[in-house]
Amino acid sequence: MSDLETFRQQTRAWLEANVPNDIVGLPAGELEGTWGGKRATYPVPGLKTWLDVMADKGWTAPTWPTEYGGGGLDPDEAKVLTQEMRALKVPAPLIGFGLTMIGPTLLRFGNDEQKKEHLPKICRGEIRWCQGYSEPGSGSDLASLQTKAVRDGDDFVITGTKVWTSYADQADWIFALVRSNPDAPKKQEGITFILIDMDDPGVKVSPILLISGKSPFCETHFTDVRVPVENVVHKIDAGWTVAKALLGHERTMIADAFGGSGAKPRKDAGRSFLSDLAVQHVGEADGRVSDAILRDEVAAMEMDSRAFGLTVQRTKDAARAGHQPGSESSMFKVYGTELNMQRYELMVRILGPDALGWEGEGFDEADLNTTREWLRSRGNSIEGGTSEIQLNIIAKHVLGLPV
Amino acid sequence: MQLVLNEDQELIAKTARDFVDEHSPVSRFRALRDSGEEVGYSRALFKEMAELGWAGIPFDEKLGGAGMGFAELVLIVEALGRNLAPEPFLGGVTMGGCALALGGESGLREAWLPGVIDASKIVALAHQEAGGRYDLFAIGTTAEASGDRYILTGEKTQVLDAVGADAVIIPARTSGQSGDRDGITLFLVETNSKGLAIERQTRLDYRNAAVIRLEGVECSATSVLGNVGEGGALLEEVIDRATVVLCAEMLGGMSEAFDLTLEYLKTRDQFGVRIGTFQGLQHRAAKVYMEIELARSTVMAASRALDAGDKQTAQLVSLAKARCSDAYIHATNEGVQIFAGVGMTDEYDIGFYMKRARASELTFGDAAFHRDRWAKLGNY
Repeated sequence: MSDLETFRQQTRAWLEANVPNDIVGLPAGELEGTWGGKRATYPVPGLKTWLDVMADKGWTAPTWPTEYGGGGLDPDEAKVLTQEMRALKVPAPLIGFGLTMIGPTLLRFGNDEQKKEHLPKICRGEIRWCQGYSEPGSGSDLASLQTKAVRDGDDFVITGTKVWTSYADQADWIFALVRSNPDAPKKQEGITFILIDMDDPGVKVSPILLISGKSPFCETHFTDVRVPVENVVHKIDAGWTVAKALLGHERTMIADAFGGSGAKPRKDAGRSFLSDLAVQHVGEADGRVSDAILRDEVAAMEMDSRAFGLTVQRTKDAARAGHQPGSESSMFKVYGTELNMQRYELMVRILGPDALGWEGEGFDEADLNTTREWLRSRGNSIEGGTSEIQLNIIAKHVLGLPV
Repeated sequence: MQLVLNEDQELIAKTARDFVDEHSPVSRFRALRDSGEEVGYSRALFKEMAELGWAGIPFDEKLGGAGMGFAELVLIVEALGRNLAPEPFLGGVTMGGCALALGGESGLREAWLPGVIDASKIVALAHQEAGGRYDLFAIGTTAEASGDRYILTGEKTQVLDAVGADAVIIPARTSGQSGDRDGITLFLVETNSKGLAIERQTRLDYRNAAVIRLEGVECSATSVLGNVGEGGALLEEVIDRATVVLCAEMLGGMSEAFDLTLEYLKTRDQFGVRIGTFQGLQHRAAKVYMEIELARSTVMAASRALDAGDKQTAQLVSLAKARCSDAYIHATNEGVQIFAGVGMTDEYDIGFYMKRARASELTFGDAAFHRDRWAKLGNY
């Protein structure tokens, strides 16, 4: 038996012994699950147990080094772990920006004290992180950001406003880009990447109401917030390098969430989610979706998603085979998000008048949710770098077109 | 299924690319077209390719093949497609060869497949009849039993690589009606048979294609490939393979068309700057790039599925053909737009690719046809 097969059997046995009963079958999507943090809530008690046993094992961050609370698994073992959790129909024990964004960034750019301080708390779900990048005046032109960081002894004093800070109202710490040198010759050269404790009284968070009626984003204000210099990641004024690397993680995460996974056809002989939805809402004739145009659109959507999923897989397979990663994350971000948006457009059109509900009686809960999600999805091609910015990056950095 | 080339496959891809670049630049295709020569490829060069083992790649070692698979064959054909190299890998090696290989044990396979593999014989497959569009079972050609023989009567069109072929496999109806899956029988007919006429057709992409007229061609029972009346299923299997091979050719073509376009964006000046600095053109190029990346993934997946006998093979074949059709059309439409005025001239190669893109799209089913097939396979 191969080492990997042995690992699979041991993993399966361990999971079967440790999975709490009440979490089986809970939603397991990329954006659904336990976010952790000081204000964490657990809809079922097993989720807390699940987080704790997995954190003890290091499997909330399976590929991170064990000394920082990770599992020390190689990519193949981590894949096996994911497959086995999926087979048992259990959600990931922990999700969030600590695991997907600041953690990998600290592993690459952080010093040893920073790694020892922050990574174990991320792994245990004790601290929830959010991201402070965009500002009211700095959207696509991120490097023009103005949040001031003025040096005073061993501290930076930070004043300014960050916007589109996802879930800042539930976060404990924020990683932010600040203007540490307003006189740098290039705007990218005067930016520092810094970690800020949001318990400081100078931090104020106000949620932003979106067109979807929900408030996943906030505006975060900093007034004379003192942050020790040792919270700078990488070097002072060299934050742009860190920011770009982190955006790569963010874009991969967005692509994974929106295109890579959810699109695979079902393994059984039954219908796919979309075609089933179409049959429910427009009816069936001779065993087929009765509206030929919608049927074609469903097939096109599924096929585009599958082709995209195969491309994400191809990149991962190439990385596992030791090939250098390219600049694909830009492509995944733009393609994955455009695909997700088209998917919601199509779902809303399949629902027809049933998609017009906003809240309350007379509408189906799932349909209400679809409508909200459709509205929310319109931000996919904006957040994390607009589609146009991604196309610029592809043109310049992948295709080598002249500037 | 691993979507990454192993070392052997990388070597095959590189060898193929180097060989085709050396022996068949696009200028060769242009010269062949201008000459009006009917076969449109070189039997000698085809033999050289066969000596490299290329024509035997998808066939069992027991049958004299190289015992590799479609994952490898697509690498060869992608290189051919890049330069529009016309040697008969689609109509001959894949369609004729796979029909022989899949037709089961019979004297025919042993008699003809070794010749297909060493390029001493070319066997085409006449799957298309006028008005049949993409319906493989739209076969009106009849095979009437007469004692221990069959008499074939009918007409085939756009038979790929038929000009210069030694034999053609003819799907004909031994029972039922056009459109029925049952009642189709495949016959191997030598091209010098009495009553068989081959007439070159000139298509927009100059691909070797012909009308074949059968006026009472006599066949013995030993020229039946597979079982009488069961040729429909065999045709489906062969055309799925041919579709993947065509997709590989398309992938090569769209990649080259895009490379030509990128080169032009980096060298052409207007308004005192390279036109590749314009965001409008950059975004067009970036979108083509993404479509080609997706197309490449689907060709890799479909070829591997064929080799593995995957349950989802038919879906993945349709996925590849739909994506490659759309991507090749997109890449060449944008190519001509970016080349602009000169893109409309015969002198520039980009037009060759635009024509080949359209011809490929409309062979073995366009994107809409394969979306419908995907839906049917998904029970909707």
